[in-house]
Amino acid sequence: MALLDVTGLGISFGGLRAVDNFDIHIEKGQLYGLIGPNGAGKTTVFNMLTGVYKPTDGTISLDGKNITGQKTTQINKDGIARTFQNIRLFKELTVLDNVKAGLHNDYPYSTVAGIFRLPSFKKQEKAMDERAMELLEVFDLDKEYDFLASNLPYGKQRKLEIARALATNPKLLLLDEPAAGMNPNETKELMDTIRLIRDKFDMTILLIEHDMKLVSGICEELTVLNFGQVLAQGKTSDVLNNPEVIKAYLGDD
Amino acid sequence: MSFLSYLINGLSLGSVYAIIALGYTMVYGIAKMLNFAHGDVIMVGGFAIYTLMNSMGVNPIIAVLISVVICTALGMAIEKIAYKPLRKASPLAVLITAIGVSYLLQNLALLIFGSDAKLFSSVVSVPAANIGAISITGETIVTIVACIIIMIVLTLFIKKTKAGQAMLAVSEDKEAAELMGINVNATISLTFAIGSGLAAIAGALLCSAYPALTPYTGSMPGIKAFVAAVFGGIGSIPGAFVGGLLLGIIENLSKAYISSQMADAIVFSVLIIVLLVKPTGILGKKISEKV
Amino acid sequence: MSKQLKSNLITYGIIIAFFAIMQTLVGTGTISSLFKGLLVPICVYTIMAVSLNLTVGILGELSLGHAGFMCVGAFVSAFFSMCMKESGMNSIVRFIIAIILGAIVAAVFGILIGIPVLRLRGDYLAIVTLAFGEIIKNIVNVLYVGKDSSGFHISFTDTASLGLSSDGVVIIKGPQGITGTPNDSTFLIGIIILIITVFIVTNFVTSRSGRAVMAIRDNRIAAESVGINISKYKLMAFAISAGLAGAAGALYAHNLNTLNALPKNFGYNMSIMILVYVVLGGIGSIRGSIIAATILTALPELLRGFSDYRMLIYSIVLIALMLISNSPKAKMFFEKYSIKQLIGTKKAQKEEV
Repeated sequence: MALLDVTGLGISFGGLRAVDNFDIHIEKGQLYGLIGPNGAGKTTVFNMLTGVYKPTDGTISLDGKNITGQKTTQINKDGIARTFQNIRLFKELTVLDNVKAGLHNDYPYSTVAGIFRLPSFKKQEKAMDERAMELLEVFDLDKEYDFLASNLPYGKQRKLEIARALATNPKLLLLDEPAAGMNPNETKELMDTIRLIRDKFDMTILLIEHDMKLVSGICEELTVLNFGQVLAQGKTSDVLNNPEVIKAYLGDD
Repeated sequence: MSFLSYLINGLSLGSVYAIIALGYTMVYGIAKMLNFAHGDVIMVGGFAIYTLMNSMGVNPIIAVLISVVICTALGMAIEKIAYKPLRKASPLAVLITAIGVSYLLQNLALLIFGSDAKLFSSVVSVPAANIGAISITGETIVTIVACIIIMIVLTLFIKKTKAGQAMLAVSEDKEAAELMGINVNATISLTFAIGSGLAAIAGALLCSAYPALTPYTGSMPGIKAFVAAVFGGIGSIPGAFVGGLLLGIIENLSKAYISSQMADAIVFSVLIIVLLVKPTGILGKKISEKV
Repeated sequence: MSKQLKSNLITYGIIIAFFAIMQTLVGTGTISSLFKGLLVPICVYTIMAVSLNLTVGILGELSLGHAGFMCVGAFVSAFFSMCMKESGMNSIVRFIIAIILGAIVAAVFGILIGIPVLRLRGDYLAIVTLAFGEIIKNIVNVLYVGKDSSGFHISFTDTASLGLSSDGVVIIKGPQGITGTPNDSTFLIGIIILIITVFIVTNFVTSRSGRAVMAIRDNRIAAESVGINISKYKLMAFAISAGLAGAAGALYAHNLNTLNALPKNFGYNMSIMILVYVVLGGIGSIRGSIIAATILTALPELLRGFSDYRMLIYSIVLIALMLISNSPKAKMFFEKYSIKQLIGTKKAQKEEV
């Protein structure tokens, strides 16, 4: 049994079939890529996996548990965390607080304890601070811990989003175009970071990406989506040499 | 009184709400702001007519026309001085400014005219009509007819004229409209002009039907019309029309059949129920955030 | 953390200093009786502003019905005090129970109203909160409650239909409201409630729940994606805000002989007034709310010399403040010459990164 088993996943918006009969199986510890032309339905797949959209057909199971149609909050508790294509940070919170918001469910002291500063507040806040700082160090964000998230440069904002997602202690991490808007140097650095996350946290990662250098550099397996359907699936090198895939990317001519 | 006459009275009140709500909704559609001072423009229109008729002996029709001109100019001036510099500010800052303008108009009127209610003489000289056992006042007839005419003219204006199309474009996407060569500032200014001109007409009709004029006359009808605009789907012109009429009818029928003191509570409750069932109003567009 | 603590201590310090100065001035008879009469209202409106800031600044939702919760708290607490007036209960104890009761019932109203309202967004939420505020005011105006040997009687029409026996007394008389509420409110109690309010709000904001609320404010979808329960925390912030407004209402009610629900004290105009305090004090800034509410409550009274012009001046000041604070030129000016820039604090340097 794989960590993530998706079978027959599909969704329609009105009459439009955005994703159809989508299957994917990801083993624990894998670094998996989801690629395809713009508008192929990649982000829609992410939105279904995280409960933002309710799929019309198919099942999603995570670590043996059926999570199809669950709410986003519940799916995160079950073990899927994500980043967004258009960065969605808590802009008016500090870098540290962004990560601590991700730790929300792991340190469940009550509101009353928070207001009256009871011992559980002090103990858990301290532990949260420590864990958040550890995470920030991994992403080289620890020096900026008291910056407002909106004041970080773009590349660091992307990293912070990943750190926040990791803080929720997921089994599966979804990255939606993590290298978008990055220069080649930043992309290279990001590739190292993604590998590091996988090794250090023993994480399973599914990522959407257009940057082929990144995809071929770190993904072990790929699924190619075209017009909402799976065009090819398998080992990265095989998929990238598949004539169908090349055609979908470069056109018929 | 029979059900039918309550209904017709409700329709008449609703027509006034609809005319005011049109101003609210057009301004919201284009400038994305709640113009809290809109109700007070009605009051200014009322006082303009009152002064012209009572102190200067101007003919009612001409007084209404002059009041429309005054309110139009006032609306454009408010927009230029108070709202235009805030185009890029937070919606809250704009809202507070609108509230400030509302207080300003009320207190200016208070200084000039005092707080005692003035007896407004009707601008309508149409005689009452009798249909069967029901007598319909001239004010009611004129109000309903005026509302229908305004609705038709406004719809034609927006559909058929270049300026109307520009308004639609600006309400859809300000930046894109600007890139297409539309003068956004002039369009917004025109919207305020039309909305305020309509407020003057609403003021004349409202005060003819409810002749006690005070500096706060516009306040509650303004809020009600705002509710009507939201009710119908704010930003939508047919929505303002439908919302206004429905609100007037609900208000009058609940006054007649349930409780006159509870009428406001009932009106507001209906609004809440409508919004819970349809969060963007009866004819409002559905908005969803892209993830 | 320590920075936050320092900031909170300054806020408490300002409140206590204000109290001490005012007490001294009252003691030496330096200030007019008119100004003395403003001390409790200042507490009422600062509590209102701080609590509304929780909804507007921290939760990020525009509420135009905050006075409705104050109305609930005022009537519930005054009703309780009226019922207990003859019981021989210690007046301080009675007042404390009245305040807590007013706050709890207002918080319950906050939850009941919040469940439907918080599903809406932006301007729709604003107009529905306004509608709820008006409904509360309207219902209180047609509410008649009496008490006799057989218990409580409620009517929505008039006193006669209460059907009270001869020993009965009418406590809430529709538009006439409640008359004879004990005047338990003092400046000291007002300041204590204000400090408690600031304590609750600031500690809430810097705890796990407050962080969740602010995360929702900044990005609802991202907050969901990290497992934060949106409805729960929105409702929690809204209910706390309503409860504190209820406490302010209790303070307000026990400062008056006659309590009735007028557009002036519990209508949308009051809600808007409180919103003005919050916006002028700086959205999200608790200290700013306190200072703005204090100055703006006192200002119209201080301008009494200009009696006729005072509200006019007030409205012009309001518009001018908004225009100046949002003008790019003024912003540049303030940034250039602000104290922070001049002494080159850490924060100022941070912006440049």
